Amino acid sequence: MRLPGGAPPYLQAAPLALILLLFFGVPLLLVVVVSFWTFDLYGFHPALSLENYRQLLTATSTYKVYLATVMLALIVWAIALVLAFVVSYFMAFHVRSFGWQVGLLLICTVPFWTSDIIRMISWIPLLGVHGILNQTLLKLGLVREPLKFLLFSPFAVVVAYVNLFTLFMIVPIFNSMARIDRALLEAARDSGAAGWRIIAEIVVPLTKTGIALGSIFVLTLVMGDFYVVAEMSGGQMASVVSAMSNQISLLQYPPAAASAVVLLIIVTLMVAGILRVVDVRKELTG
Amino acid sequence: MRTTESGSRRPLSFYILAGFFAAFVVFLYGPMLTIYVLSFQGPRGGLTLPMNGVSLHWFRALMGPQRTGDFVGPFVRSLALGLIVLAATVVVSIMAGLAFRRRFFGANLIFYTAVASLIMPGLLIGLGVGLMFQITGAQPAWWSSALGAQLTWTLPFGLLIMFAVLSRLSRSYEEAARDLGASGWQVFRHVLVPILSPGIIAVAVFAFTLSYDEFPRTLLTVGSQNTLPLEIWAMTTNVTSPALYAVGTVTTLISFVLIALAIGLILSIERRRLRRAVISRGASD
Repeated sequence: MRLPGGAPPYLQAAPLALILLLFFGVPLLLVVVVSFWTFDLYGFHPALSLENYRQLLTATSTYKVYLATVMLALIVWAIALVLAFVVSYFMAFHVRSFGWQVGLLLICTVPFWTSDIIRMISWIPLLGVHGILNQTLLKLGLVREPLKFLLFSPFAVVVAYVNLFTLFMIVPIFNSMARIDRALLEAARDSGAAGWRIIAEIVVPLTKTGIALGSIFVLTLVMGDFYVVAEMSGGQMASVVSAMSNQISLLQYPPAAASAVVLLIIVTLMVAGILRVVDVRKELTG
Repeated sequence: MRTTESGSRRPLSFYILAGFFAAFVVFLYGPMLTIYVLSFQGPRGGLTLPMNGVSLHWFRALMGPQRTGDFVGPFVRSLALGLIVLAATVVVSIMAGLAFRRRFFGANLIFYTAVASLIMPGLLIGLGVGLMFQITGAQPAWWSSALGAQLTWTLPFGLLIMFAVLSRLSRSYEEAARDLGASGWQVFRHVLVPILSPGIIAVAVFAFTLSYDEFPRTLLTVGSQNTLPLEIWAMTTNVTSPALYAVGTVTTLISFVLIALAIGLILSIERRRLRRAVISRGASD
């Protein structure tokens, strides 16, 4: 008897495997290899040198940038988590019709299919010194002179990140919440549990996988960003990857590669840490 | 969700949360809407409100040669690249999705590689692919290196969507078709594709829009001819006129039209299915 699905599975999976090998596996390996190479004004040269790593790990600026990037990632993560939890909770438990749920979820996700850069620069007319927010505050008499920290500042970077990345938290959290059996909540309510106890003891534990998945997305997105931080801080702030992109634009590929390897190790440890607490594989494969 | 027994009166928390949701939607869309409005200013328009006249000046300006470069060329390139990525992502994800319904050697490795590829910082992919082309002496271009770099991001999305769609698909349809003597291709073409079509449309719209707006993976792999997001990035540092907003309006409009088309198509397929189901149930009664 023939198996359902026709062709043997390894043949069906071959195109995916080959593309991932050629454009993900090999390039990643090359980054690791090149991180041991040397470079000079004329280009880079095959070698087995630890110089790039020595320079990277002995510079105090490295640790400052990492600390700043991790702090930024944690701040954005915390804000996105709270926003996404409340928004998803509303959609999952207060919106009654399935059609409305789908519609509202779509409203939250449509920006994902538009340009990040455009969404980022959209904040400029709002937050600038002569921007809409400052104009309004001045008119209302709430401030005497325009607030300068709104744009090209750490504040603007956080606003842009939260604006861009919260939906990566909403989709998995809503997905988890939508699967919670409503009878469970009614049973808890009938036994006299207060609203916040239902959330803390039923909703949050059952939304764990969604929270974990969303956290992985948001943390890796912030840790891997270079252009939002460059543009929205007005060049005042650096992240790990923006520092790396500066090295690349100076054609210093080997040190950039070493920096990439260190970042990869740290991001992998972060993701592994989250996966140790929560198993998300089932959530992904359905 | 039945929040109260009567089902008609909503609790106070509903209105508070609804207000929160509305505020979130304003936060999400407000800035975008602002720049769309600002892009319709007159020739002497500035970068913020109030509007300085109303005209299509900045859209016309896009069509001509730019002080900072070119809009039409990168736009056409991004459309073409988006379509290639769409085709490749749809075909490869469907095949891989079907493969993962059975156990096979290396399935776990491929799955975890795809997930790693999904969350890998984009610039690192660009760096790696760029190095690969540089070391082998190949010329990077939007249709080769940038295409490959973008696929490492669209394929995992396509695969996860196919997982979601296929997990709800019962095998009995295929088995019935096979019992009736359908070949493997016939089962695929006449049974699987029609059933999976809403999911396939979702994969297609993901693939196109992700490619069309892709920036970090494309930056180091595009070669000498820019795609649109790279051109826009260059504009953010050089252009201090509403022309930048006009670009935003045009490109977002294209995305919105595509998304609306895709959603409309999926809804009409679902509705037709529902109607057929009702008719066939009526006929069997």
